[in-house]
Amino acid sequence: MDEILSIRKDFDSKIENVSVLEKIDLIKSEFLGKKGKLTDLFKKIPNLQGEDRKNFALKLNKAKDHINSLIEKKLNELQGKEIQEKLSSERIDISLPGRPIEFGKIHPVTQVIDEVTAIFGEIGFSVAEGPDLETEFNNFTALNTPEHHPARDMHDTFYLTEDKNILLRTHTSPVQIRTMLSGKPPYQIIAPGRTYRCDSDQTHTPMFHQVEGLHIDKDINMGHLKGVLDYFIKKFFNVDKIKMRFRPSHFPFTEPSAEVDIGYEIKDGEIIIGEGNKWLEILGCGMVHPNVLRNCKVNPSLYQGYAFGMGIDRLAMLKYGINDLRSFFESDIRWLSHFGFNPLDIPASYRGFGK
Amino acid sequence: MKFTKSWLSDHLKTSATLEQIEKTLNEIGLEVENIDKGGESFFKVAKILKASKHPNADKLKVCEVDTGKRVVQVVCGANNARDGLFTVFASPGAIIPKNQLKIKITNIRGIESNGMLCSESELNISEESSGIIELSKNKKIGESFFSSNNEPLIDISVTPNRSDCLGVYGIARDLSAKGLGSLKEIKKIDIKNKIKNPFKVTIEKNSGCSAFSYCYIEGVKNIESPKWLKDKILSVGLRPISAIVDITNYIMIDLNRPLHAYDADKISKKHVIVRLSKKNEKFNALDDKEYKLEEGNCLITDKDKILGLGGIIGGASTGVSEKSKNILIESALFEPSLTSKTSKKLGINSDASFRFARGVDKNMMVYGSQLAAKLIQEICGGKISNVLISGEKIFNPRKIIFNLSKFSKIIGIPITVKEAIDILKKLGFRINLKKETLNLEVPSWRPDIVEDIDVVEEIIRIKGYDKIKLIEPNQGTVKKDILSFGQKIQRSFLRSIANQGFFQTITYSFTDSKVDTIFKDENKNLYLKNPISSDQNYLRSSLFSNLFSHLRNNINRNFYNQKIFECGPVFSSNKPGDQSLILAGIQSGKLNEKSWIDKNKEVSFYDIKNYVFKALIENGFLEKDLLINQTEDTFYHPAKSCKLNYNSNNFLIASFGEFSPKILKDLDIKISPVFGFELFLNNIESILQKNKFKNKFQISNYQKVERDFSFIIDKETEVGNIIFELKKLNEDIIKKIRVFDVFDGENVEKNKKSVALNFEFQSNEKTLAEKEIDEISKKIINTLEGSFKATLRS
Repeated sequence: MDEILSIRKDFDSKIENVSVLEKIDLIKSEFLGKKGKLTDLFKKIPNLQGEDRKNFALKLNKAKDHINSLIEKKLNELQGKEIQEKLSSERIDISLPGRPIEFGKIHPVTQVIDEVTAIFGEIGFSVAEGPDLETEFNNFTALNTPEHHPARDMHDTFYLTEDKNILLRTHTSPVQIRTMLSGKPPYQIIAPGRTYRCDSDQTHTPMFHQVEGLHIDKDINMGHLKGVLDYFIKKFFNVDKIKMRFRPSHFPFTEPSAEVDIGYEIKDGEIIIGEGNKWLEILGCGMVHPNVLRNCKVNPSLYQGYAFGMGIDRLAMLKYGINDLRSFFESDIRWLSHFGFNPLDIPASYRGFGK
Repeated sequence: MKFTKSWLSDHLKTSATLEQIEKTLNEIGLEVENIDKGGESFFKVAKILKASKHPNADKLKVCEVDTGKRVVQVVCGANNARDGLFTVFASPGAIIPKNQLKIKITNIRGIESNGMLCSESELNISEESSGIIELSKNKKIGESFFSSNNEPLIDISVTPNRSDCLGVYGIARDLSAKGLGSLKEIKKIDIKNKIKNPFKVTIEKNSGCSAFSYCYIEGVKNIESPKWLKDKILSVGLRPISAIVDITNYIMIDLNRPLHAYDADKISKKHVIVRLSKKNEKFNALDDKEYKLEEGNCLITDKDKILGLGGIIGGASTGVSEKSKNILIESALFEPSLTSKTSKKLGINSDASFRFARGVDKNMMVYGSQLAAKLIQEICGGKISNVLISGEKIFNPRKIIFNLSKFSKIIGIPITVKEAIDILKKLGFRINLKKETLNLEVPSWRPDIVEDIDVVEEIIRIKGYDKIKLIEPNQGTVKKDILSFGQKIQRSFLRSIANQGFFQTITYSFTDSKVDTIFKDENKNLYLKNPISSDQNYLRSSLFSNLFSHLRNNINRNFYNQKIFECGPVFSSNKPGDQSLILAGIQSGKLNEKSWIDKNKEVSFYDIKNYVFKALIENGFLEKDLLINQTEDTFYHPAKSCKLNYNSNNFLIASFGEFSPKILKDLDIKISPVFGFELFLNNIESILQKNKFKNKFQISNYQKVERDFSFIIDKETEVGNIIFELKKLNEDIIKKIRVFDVFDGENVEKNKKSVALNFEFQSNEKTLAEKEIDEISKKIINTLEGSFKATLRS
């Protein structure tokens, strides 16, 4: 009987001192292996009889359970310790930066064109385009601006030919002409694009961007024009209310013509659109002049409608707080990075049109 | 057009405040540009803080000028411009009394000049023209040089259709129509004791002058103007000269009636002939310049000489002076388009030509000469002749039949007959009403009103644009796609390239011909006839020209790692439409920023290739259809560049590679290598529109197997070709071939390279047996050894 007790004590003291995982197996085989100390005692069972045999076997099994549970416990203890040590030895500086991140950017003009397209697209407009080089006819004459008309002086034009017949378009309005000459009414288009005037100072660049709008149908009147612009400005500037003012003006290709101002104020150096008592001119518009329709073989007694034109760069400056027009076209990578847009930020009505 | 409230009161009886006037002017389309309340003059006492030599011109100086409110930069040609000098500064907008030229902000040989420093002669103070005025140092900087009555100066911008508002009277009439007061009637002129007009005027046929009225005044004394007249002239920013000149200017501004006064004694034979100029005729104008004329300008002449350019500027030979005794007043009608053409051609933009180009009130012609004669007599004495007219004498009004329904059709709101008539009457129309139809006679001062739509505008302009009722747009009435296929492709490619780390930029469509011709052959048709500067003289035929200039600017700011691209037009001729849409990008510097994690990697040809392939595949191309060929572009490194053709080789999709070191040198790019690519979006669009590329989607339920082969081949052999051929061996089973190692040098024979390929085999029908894998492997080895002379390594 004492034999079992002393084996247990022997085991207890040995397992107590184990500090590395590998030793556990050794101890396990010393006591429970084929020739283990406890295993040897099991071999004595057949020699015993009756109560003795029963008691001896019981005690042996208890001792075996005891050893097994202590081994299990030690195993857990040492494995836990080992993981702990591994973890603490594998500590890294989580504050270090990762691999350099590359951000590509979309130019604000492209972004604003996409915004404008998304807004007008929702109310029936599709996008039309025309070439940058135009004939004098499409750029002026067809737009009711005959040669030597003083209105031509308002456009400083780049010419490609000595006879001044080929020029860089001074506005996107020739797209109106191309659209009407190439199809039958009704027409409902916007035409964003590059435009050119030989003018260069702080607020003018020889190239800039405009978007033209044209809606011709049987009953399109000036009330529709007001409605469409009101809708656009609210959506574009993300405001519920705007102050909008139509001022009589003159463009040879529209009659009546209007310039449109929106109310604004400056708060903490930032321009707030829609409030305040200052006025900002943002676009020109009007009812398409019957001469323009005639020049495009559209009957002005059956069809009528409006046209408008606005500066895209200017819209971008107002909306996104960009001061210098010239910087739009200088490719300074710091500017592109700051004012550019995430390429995945595709303007869409369901997400709104803010930055 | 500048005027004061008190001048306006000469014609308008009103109690309106300046603010109300401003608001009303804006409402009726006479946009107020500025109201100068300080009585600020365009001519101010100023001090030169610093005068330094112009970097690009020996005889010019760049002056920093203190004008009181701010310091501005002015380019000046005077010898006496020097540090500390007090002088007279004319700000932009000023009209120089001597030559009547308007000062603008200009660029003089590359330096911006924001005004002008004036000589005494330019201000008509004396003949002194050798240098700018030298004032004593006790003058107050910023103070007006000429005394003025300090009345607010209202400046409106008059649109080209509203010539009637180039006179104060016309403005008063428009304001009264809007209800801001009542218009005073113009006084009738009664001249007693007329002498006989001794002059004769002959207008030759088609000479650009339809009528010429003239009045002779004998025995005048051209004295200084009386105070009321001087004040008037000064109040609108002009400089008084002499009574006769001031009177003609006064009437021009008051009634939009340009006049010209001749020293009658200098006209030979008392006979004036209006005719067209002949080629190479010369003319000395009042601005002291000699003009060489072309054919077809309208001239006022006598038998011996040219007296003036009709409607534009008078001649030096017959101008009035203080010595003039006998005067001939001209009040004529010059053809708008010829006036405009001539003044543009000769670069003379005078107050008279500006008005004639826009059209004047024909019925004011005779009145203008009578009023001038009367005022001259009052101030200068003399005897007045009768007014004679050559040419047209009676002007029939234009007639328009106007149906009121037109108004509501265009504007969207109704109007009553009474309101319409009320507005039109106040604007000077004569009206004959027949039911809903108005038979209108258009007032003579409104040459712009020709058809019913113009009448609609007049009515709504006065009624008020704010009365137009807004109609909400319909949503979702789209009948057509918002974007065309090509527009969608363009937008997708833009964002695809940007998403690979590129910054989109936008540059001018023109460029420096010297740079552009590095990339494309020179095309004479692409030169602008009137470029802003020589480095923007040419329509670009390549996007690389501007991209490189901007890349260089960034490099000069020490930014080396750049990935920029542009999507825009390039031009192939000067025919409208001969342009194509290209997306081009360049990359310089290292592949990544300096980082502890990765070494600074060099950009390679394969990075550029990846940008292009990713964008193409993302947008619907299949890799197998993109065929690589040698590019003809000589600006690329010949061995590190290529072009991509679509399948049949007909369509050029893209080209890319490393730029040749030679062009980097030519472009003064100080870092190398630089890489670039071009995507030809028009071709891409037409391919994608015609073909819907779809990879069949089929998942195999059977195991895949991988095998590696490594072999030695000739260095010249293109691995792309090998893969192309191997894939064809069994497209059902060879799902993928990856190149996982390529090297030469150590352990590899000279002129050879070692290549390792990884194959993925998989069948859609069954698990591949060892035998079948061996079979396909054998085929691969046979092809490698047979077609490509490869030696297998393992």
